Amino acid sequence: MILLDRVTKKYPRSGGGSALDRISLHVDPKEFVIVIGQSGAGKTTLLRLLTREERPSTGKIIVGGIDYDKLKDKNIPLLRRKIGVVFQDFKLLPNKTVFENVAFALEIVGVSSREIKHTVPKVLEIVNLKGKENSYPRMLSGGERQRVAIARAIVRQPRILIADEPTGNLDPKHAWDVIKVLEKINRYGTTVLLTTHNQDIVNKLKRRVVTIKNGKVVSDRANAGYKS
Amino acid sequence: MKRRLITFWRIIHAGIVNFIRNVTLAVAAMAVMVVTLTIVLFSIITNATFINTIASITNKIDISVFLKDTDTTAQTQQLITRIKKLPNVKAVSYFDKAAALRQYVLQNKGNQQLLAAINETSNPLPATILIKPIDLNKIQDIKNFLGNPDVASLQSDQPSYSGDRKAAIDKITHATDVLRQIGVITVVVFTFICALIIFNTIQMAIFNRREEINIMRLLGASTTYIRGPFIVESVIYGLLSAVFSVLIINSAFLASSNALQASSLGLLDINYANQYFDAHFWQLLTIQLVLGIVLGAVSSTIATRRYLKFKTK
Repeated sequence: MILLDRVTKKYPRSGGGSALDRISLHVDPKEFVIVIGQSGAGKTTLLRLLTREERPSTGKIIVGGIDYDKLKDKNIPLLRRKIGVVFQDFKLLPNKTVFENVAFALEIVGVSSREIKHTVPKVLEIVNLKGKENSYPRMLSGGERQRVAIARAIVRQPRILIADEPTGNLDPKHAWDVIKVLEKINRYGTTVLLTTHNQDIVNKLKRRVVTIKNGKVVSDRANAGYKS
Repeated sequence: MKRRLITFWRIIHAGIVNFIRNVTLAVAAMAVMVVTLTIVLFSIITNATFINTIASITNKIDISVFLKDTDTTAQTQQLITRIKKLPNVKAVSYFDKAAALRQYVLQNKGNQQLLAAINETSNPLPATILIKPIDLNKIQDIKNFLGNPDVASLQSDQPSYSGDRKAAIDKITHATDVLRQIGVITVVVFTFICALIIFNTIQMAIFNRREEINIMRLLGASTTYIRGPFIVESVIYGLLSAVFSVLIINSAFLASSNALQASSLGLLDINYANQYFDAHFWQLLTIQLVLGIVLGAVSSTIATRRYLKFKTK
């Protein structure tokens, strides 16, 4: 489902160092993979490469059968529609309500208004945001915004879900609610790639854990804990 | 087809909703657009008024052909017919000796001494043909015709378009020509400046919302779906600004005729400007609407382009 083959990402101003250094990673369909690493290790760069926000300096990326080398600019939106992304900084549209933010993900793929009215409230209920439909992002707490971002990422039932620190702003209870949602959609067949700092979550999930350090994969273990 | 219609409707709807929700930004952008569009409208009306003033000056200029007392009626009629056939002649009128005298007396009715002197002699004035040219700049062909020996032999004196009067008419002709050109250049320059200012204003408005464009891009929205609502919003700016600019000029005319009770302001003939505005109201409104809408649409299309690009490195 996701394949990275000796991917390197260098930034012109990084003084010669690499944000990612010959990373190779293979994620099977329906797999749940947790990527851990300290700040600056290269986790977010990895996710930005997968959403084609950035291009690798060298190496090959194939996601959902799409070879990024052969991907034309005009087809990038089609790729992004296949991937659900929960951004670390939420990236909610400030002038749209909670309902409209989630509905937007469906509108851009041409889903009918009737279906949107049917689907969005259900997803908002899953992330525990019932009653907040007409609120604007500025009126919400950090945790609530995070959950809107998750609702928006899962509403299209994507084949791949990438979540960048989705529990970063949540208290333990809500953090677990979010993880449960991710596990649930993984059970329905979505491949999940999650980055987190939360040791508790990593230890309890017992999933495949990929550790990145200084832009390199230093360990890749199945059913692993944070320090195992 | 149905999906395209849904997308089209969603773009229009999003544009209108965004306009309402970003009302502060909209008012700021529209204020600038109203001012610039009003200046363009004012320059169009001023230009038309100056052209009218110039036309009324040039309309007063004509060429007098003084005939000999010995010319027969047949010769005179034949000459008039030939003059009328010249391409640059707008109108020809004929005054026989008696009519020329009546005109002269009328023009000098305050000068008793001159009138007394005229009464003591037999009518000294020649019969006259007055020629109104279409274009003062192309008067040479009329002059050439009047200079032909067979035509010159019928004249008692040089035509009025000669000597000192010729120099004066040439100066006026040249001046009106320059004024016309200045008028056209002014309108073009103002329109260009207006376009630049409106472009800049919309660019600033979109710059403020570049993150929104970036988010929509990351979610997989197509270029049309992202850009569409911005274009709709900018078209609304242009549309409303155009209507406001016309209303402002309309109010200005109402104020000038009611409060100032003035018919002219220096060189600007307010009465004519008002008439011109009334007579061409729909055309002027259309020009303003087209200008506002086109500038809004083009500016937002160009301004969003930068934020819609994908990273290539």
